[in-house]
Amino acid sequence: MKIIVNMRVHEISESMLDTKLSFWLREELDLCGTKIGCDIGVCGSCTVLVNSKALRSCKLKLRDVVDKEILTIEGISPEPDALHPIQTAFIDAGAIQCGFCTPGMVLSAYALLLENPDPNRDQVRKAIKGNLCRCTGYQQIVDAVILAAKRIRSNKDKEV
Amino acid sequence: MNYRPAFRNDAIAKVCGKATYTDDIKVFGMVHAVPVYTDAVSAKLLSIDVLECLREPDVLAVFTSKDIPGAIRFGQIIRDYPILADDVIFSNGDVIALVVASTREAAIKAAEKIKYEVEHITPVLDAEAALDNGSPLVHPDHGSNICNEHRIRTGDMEKGEAGSHFILEEVFTTQRIEHAYLEPEVAIAIPRSDGVMEIYGSMQHPFSTRRFVANLLGSPLADVEVKTVPMGGGFGGKDDTAAIVCARAALCAKLLNRPVKIRYEREWSLRESYKRHPYKMYYRMGLSKNGLIHFVKAKLIADGGAYCSVTPWVTWRSTVQCCGAYRVPNVHCDTYGVYTNNVFSGAMRGFGSPQVNFAIEQLMDMAAQKCGITEREIRYLNMLRQNSSTITGQVLDQHRVSLREAMDAVLNKIGYEEKRKQCSMGNPDHESWYGIGFAISYRGMSLGAEGVDFNSAIISVQPDGSVLLETGIHENGQGSESAMILIAAEELGIPAERIRYRQPSTSNIPDGGTTVASRGTIMGGGAVVDAASILKEKINAVLKEAGHGNTFRYRRGKIYDAQDCVVMNWDEAIKLCYNTQCYPYAFGVFKAPQVSWDEHSGQGNAYFTWVYACQAVELSVDPKTGAVKLLNMVAAHDLGKAINPPMAEGQFYGGMAMATGYALYEDCRVEEGKVITSNFHNYRLVRATDMPEMKAILLENADPNSPSSAKGIGEPTNELMAPAIANAIYNATGKRHFDLPIRIKV
Repeated sequence: MKIIVNMRVHEISESMLDTKLSFWLREELDLCGTKIGCDIGVCGSCTVLVNSKALRSCKLKLRDVVDKEILTIEGISPEPDALHPIQTAFIDAGAIQCGFCTPGMVLSAYALLLENPDPNRDQVRKAIKGNLCRCTGYQQIVDAVILAAKRIRSNKDKEV
Repeated sequence: MNYRPAFRNDAIAKVCGKATYTDDIKVFGMVHAVPVYTDAVSAKLLSIDVLECLREPDVLAVFTSKDIPGAIRFGQIIRDYPILADDVIFSNGDVIALVVASTREAAIKAAEKIKYEVEHITPVLDAEAALDNGSPLVHPDHGSNICNEHRIRTGDMEKGEAGSHFILEEVFTTQRIEHAYLEPEVAIAIPRSDGVMEIYGSMQHPFSTRRFVANLLGSPLADVEVKTVPMGGGFGGKDDTAAIVCARAALCAKLLNRPVKIRYEREWSLRESYKRHPYKMYYRMGLSKNGLIHFVKAKLIADGGAYCSVTPWVTWRSTVQCCGAYRVPNVHCDTYGVYTNNVFSGAMRGFGSPQVNFAIEQLMDMAAQKCGITEREIRYLNMLRQNSSTITGQVLDQHRVSLREAMDAVLNKIGYEEKRKQCSMGNPDHESWYGIGFAISYRGMSLGAEGVDFNSAIISVQPDGSVLLETGIHENGQGSESAMILIAAEELGIPAERIRYRQPSTSNIPDGGTTVASRGTIMGGGAVVDAASILKEKINAVLKEAGHGNTFRYRRGKIYDAQDCVVMNWDEAIKLCYNTQCYPYAFGVFKAPQVSWDEHSGQGNAYFTWVYACQAVELSVDPKTGAVKLLNMVAAHDLGKAINPPMAEGQFYGGMAMATGYALYEDCRVEEGKVITSNFHNYRLVRATDMPEMKAILLENADPNSPSSAKGIGEPTNELMAPAIANAIYNATGKRHFDLPIRIKV
């Protein structure tokens, strides 16, 4: 059995199927960008993408993601030492404070922009509703996602 | 949209998931410890049986208070907190043992095998009842359930009563709330071969943590080194409990001589960590016929829970600010911090002001209505102005008193006058009730007469011109390191990118006090300005010696002489320093200006400067369900100078959102002394869809007493939205709400 994490294939054994995805990512793969805030699926700090859908990795067992593609915060940069436009926008818009919710927020935004490249502010708010942030009041996070969407669209236009 | 990009030295690491928080650190040979609780709230602890637990697989040790080499009890003010319970259980969060195992999972499983015997004692659960003479005592050694008291005696109350035409008398209550930092407490202790205990932890006060650790181990402070790593939120909440978790990890590490990690489950964190103080507040206010306040009489009762923590300091701020931002000639205030067997209360962003502001800012709206004037007029009439005297006799002549400026900025921006006329006041014909409301405040900056207040900074320029900077201020996530870098960059005239903030360690820089009380920017920034000035004097002396003139200016990476000609660039000047046996190294200090306090009369210059503010909110209430929808928020705070404007705005938004939760949703429930709230599924935090769009107005009246011109902004933003929402809800529904969180009955 295999699970694909950030484009890399990992073989897993039968005995690992009941392991929590969040635990496996952090403890076995050393992908510590996935954070544990509540460990019951309420805070969204452990959000990862499973086949492009933003899900809470503390609520998933490895058996739930066999043969699926997982994307964690460590995997969204287009190339090493480069930032994804969502990441750049989070920095520029002042959307980062303590940073503990940031990876989950970025991934929820990533999933939103895959589905809707031009969201309005209410749509952004709905998309990050499952991600708690105690520092920012969400204002600059919403700013960041709108900014990222705009930059990604304008890059696409240039490519065309 | 126009963005002034934010500057943060930690942004790339955080946005890539590479920032290393404590739980992300793995150390070779590291084992795991977990706490053991009892079901008691107040009890004698008769015995602990660890044998069965020790037989569990992978268990290495079980430690109890008997294993503590140093002092069992500690505390920042009163040493009443047993780091591991010895003979008495004071609250349901008390820990009686630590189970250490090779894996965390094994330790958690084995902890269930600990047996104990207790003899229950009737707990003290109500702070007001605890003041009665017949009440059992939580800490008999203390002699009373009154942990501390403060008072203000200003003017002549009889005269105030006699001259009053209108009297308002109300009781307000506020609830217990949880800081809800997203990262629970976690600590790693590493016993080093040189005999030093090295600590990494999710804590906001390395020096306070060091005191807790050293006390428990019986070590000198020099033998404990606490290092800073990124922290997932604090908000005042990562002081005592976080330090205690570090101390417990250190205890296990010392006794086993190997690295130990303790990571808290959210459930343990909620059960054990201190909360914001619940208050009961009795207010009596008298006004003249035309709306001038003649007197305020207040009695404030704060439930401090089982331990003192910083209750005396929290309640002191409430006392000093009990009349809000107004001139009141006659004041009589009695404040009590009270011991109960509830979960203890301690520091939280706001620190005693959110409670009193909830009361006083509603009283002002009520008074306006009674006197037949507007909410704006009554505040103009009574607010503190330039050279006004505060209720504690402090004359505000050292800085710009910008209260009116802040209030006008907000009310004009939000269009208060027009919108106020549209308020529903519970009109049964309206399908949705609309309301607008606001509140104002002034807030003393930094510690004030609470404590000795000074801080230091070290600037060490390397031979290639790059700079290492360190201050006694801690990065809590607010961006303090970035602010310090920006201040240093401006003073030295070099780009911020050339400055690296050195990983802070308690073994490197002197104890700068705790990063609390919105004192980071003003105190740390002051020290940076001093260090930069000393550094420049050193470089100037080298340049002078080399015959380059007498006076120099530093800007854009170059050094200019009196004629504004370039002498040399920064890197060349640094090279010259090293070549002439001069270290471009400076240690700077900022000592807070003198403050004063007379505990008997409640008079004195409480704080050396104040931040003035106003926040307003528009909302609607569903008449059928009572549900509140927030529509718009505007805030103005005079922060002296915005060092990093986007991050200053972030403080505004975060503070307003947190205060929204305080007003409408959050309630950390405690029943029969047990914290019922166990995780975020039963603690309602504000989500992105709850918040409206917010507008931040940064007022910048440079503060002459602050070397960097900046004051502070973390806490002022968190102390106004609850009363603003309460006032808006009144204007929407026609009903006053005296208790937090506000529950609208339909």
